[in-house]
Amino acid sequence: MNQDSQSMHFEYNVEGGNFSRAGYASSEIKKLLKQLNVDMGIIKRTVVGCYEAEVNVVAHAYTGTIYVDLNTESITIRFQDEGPGIPDIDQAMVEGFSTASSKVREMGFGAGMGLPNIKKNADQMKISSIVGKGTTLEITMLLQ
Amino acid sequence: MKVSEIQQLIDGRILCGEELTDYSVEVAFASDLMSDVLTLKSDHVLLITGLSNMQIIRTAEMSDIHCVILARNKKASQEMIDLARENGQVLIECQYSVFKTCGLLFQAGVKPIF
Repeated sequence: MNQDSQSMHFEYNVEGGNFSRAGYASSEIKKLLKQLNVDMGIIKRTVVGCYEAEVNVVAHAYTGTIYVDLNTESITIRFQDEGPGIPDIDQAMVEGFSTASSKVREMGFGAGMGLPNIKKNADQMKISSIVGKGTTLEITMLLQ
Repeated sequence: MKVSEIQQLIDGRILCGEELTDYSVEVAFASDLMSDVLTLKSDHVLLITGLSNMQIIRTAEMSDIHCVILARNKKASQEMIDLARENGQVLIECQYSVFKTCGLLFQAGVKPIF
């Protein structure tokens, strides 16, 4: 953790394929936001989006890092993974489109709802991907 | 409806959160699709599911769901029970099907979200 009077920075590693641990980082982020007395509605939207994104990294990538930046105006969370990437982001954003494995579906995910749900919950969302290298997703929540 | 009443009604077994039997829920949602659960806007929802894995507990945690019923005689792992306990959640195992569990709760006055 890095911290000054105006901003805080945290990082969490995410292990691809480790479903038992999926959600650990989102849980830590939820605890942190609660400690900072962030509005409960914003916390819920943040952690739902965060958890969906974390599950995506576990489900699709080899490894990833979550970067959290907080200041008095916003929360920005960047999910940067090393993985196969997304060939067609527009298609991936369509509700119901999914390339998830049967293992992911057995967990109750992989219905093609993750990215659309992240977009609904975030105030801002940016996504970029390079096939064969990985995907970067950034969500921003406005605090004011 | 209080957790203690829910447990009696569905002949369930409380695995953790025994101290929260006075906790009350008014609405319930049944799903095996956690992505669906994550789209809910309501708070203090009772979740009924026919799955049993760690992501049930994590999904409930992110969605501010404090009471989860594992129907269809699904058994929780110790890891799930430990995490639910740490999160302050009530976890209940139930032998009935999801349909019967929902039917009993609905009949007793627990409301659907939509």
